[in-house]
Amino acid sequence: MGKRLTNRIAVGVLWLCGLTTVLVLGAVIVYVFVQGIGQITPEFILTAPHGVNAEGGIGPTIVATIYVTGLAMLIVTPVAVLAAVYLAEYAVQGRLVNTIRFAADTLASVPSIVMGLFGFALFIEAMGLGFSVLSGALALSFLMLPIVMRATEEAIRAVPRFIRWGSYGLGASKWQTVSRIVLPAALPRILTGLILAMGRAVGETAVVIFTMGQAIYMPLVPLDPGRSMTVHLYTLAMEGINMDAAYGTALLLMVMILIFNLSARWLAARNRRLKG
Amino acid sequence: MTAMPAPAHTDALTGAAKFSVRDLDFYYGDFHALTGITIDVRENAVTAFIGPSGCGKSTFLRCLNRMNDLIPGTRIDGTITLDGEDIYGPGVDPVDLRRRVGMIFQQPNPFPMSIYDNVAFGPRLHGIKNKAQLDEIVEQALVRANLWKEVKDIMGRGGLTLSGGQQQRLCIARVLAVQPDVLLMDEPCSAIDPTSVQKVEDLMADLKSSVTIIIVTHNMQQAARVSDETAFFLQERQGEPAELIEFGRTAEIFTSPHDRRTEDYITGRFG
Repeated sequence: MGKRLTNRIAVGVLWLCGLTTVLVLGAVIVYVFVQGIGQITPEFILTAPHGVNAEGGIGPTIVATIYVTGLAMLIVTPVAVLAAVYLAEYAVQGRLVNTIRFAADTLASVPSIVMGLFGFALFIEAMGLGFSVLSGALALSFLMLPIVMRATEEAIRAVPRFIRWGSYGLGASKWQTVSRIVLPAALPRILTGLILAMGRAVGETAVVIFTMGQAIYMPLVPLDPGRSMTVHLYTLAMEGINMDAAYGTALLLMVMILIFNLSARWLAARNRRLKG
Repeated sequence: MTAMPAPAHTDALTGAAKFSVRDLDFYYGDFHALTGITIDVRENAVTAFIGPSGCGKSTFLRCLNRMNDLIPGTRIDGTITLDGEDIYGPGVDPVDLRRRVGMIFQQPNPFPMSIYDNVAFGPRLHGIKNKAQLDEIVEQALVRANLWKEVKDIMGRGGLTLSGGQQQRLCIARVLAVQPDVLLMDEPCSAIDPTSVQKVEDLMADLKSSVTIIIVTHNMQQAARVSDETAFFLQERQGEPAELIEFGRTAEIFTSPHDRRTEDYITGRFG
């Protein structure tokens, strides 16, 4: 077999594999879109489900999803960002820091159902917070913590040294330099990490089913229980109650996650333009 | 021996000594970078540090505002006084020192914020909040940095949108806004266009009545044009510490150097 032929075959195989990725994504999107688009009406988005077959809309589940994700973000952001500042700027690089990093990476790969079980044991059984938006947000924040922390650390390290020198050269202290120069300069990349983590949280099922419950009420205070869109989708489909509403929910969920991913990309691109 | 006692250079200028350095040795970990540096830098004059790459002149410059403190494992022996006060003394906060001894870097490094905020950064750092007061400080600093005319109508625009030479003058304005006594310039013109080089050299001449300027430069014509006194540094052999070879009036260093090594460098025999 000639070199040219081998080369052509290799390129062909690589191309096919690449194409498969796009096709799988395309197939999922098209299928969910076709099955779900008929459901999407203002009523579906805004009203609550009713009746034995969960007719009507999914309004409370959208609210619960945004509520729990937003609360989780409020909890995780300060902790993750400050931990990253410590790791990147203050900690003496060595075994301890490497251990923290390794712990974060491992935390990121803990199966979410295990995290859900742990959240249940800690927040509901031990702390008595009940099935609630707060319990769900705390458990989700465990899931988001390593993602946001590592993204922030990378973002801080990417701020050029000579910009810090400019600040020190003006008589800024280390904390003034970190808080007024380094963090603002790293902000777009931190936000990108935060948005990706939120996308992950919105799509999470196992953690919230264990911690927020399945009650289909509109959650008001953080101690109310709630049902996220993913849990609603799971219940409808598993019990075969209302497949149409399940696909409608799936479509809305995908759209939300797509919006998160696109805004993360947009932020990253805008950031490159500003620097370039 | 080449490390000469400070006042020994002939025909010394009459100004008072701003910095007095005695027997300075500097180490990066195990690497002995500078040895036996003794020099007096005159107040309200421009002093140029020249020498081939790697001769320690930038390292020495960073000793003068304790910027080397930021690099782990560095150490100095000897003394450096600023206005008679030991800057490595126990009561000295390097953060306060750096406000008095401003620094300009080779690579223009505006902060990723507006032109106004760049210049107002230092004053705000040191507690000035009054808007009218800040406006005045910002304008004065930009005027002194020879940049005001170009930016007075675009103060809200990002500092990074300016040209390289404008960015460097913005960095100079940013330092001047905190009213330093001394301006350390580490090859400030090597990354900018010729028109801006001219403007930076002009502003150095204007500034020296109020600020003591020390400039590290690779460009000997520039040293000859802008400086009153010149110090020549040299690392004679790889792995050995660099030394101050000769220090004196710029005109004298460039026309009748006392040391053959200075002459060799000036006339382009090495470096």
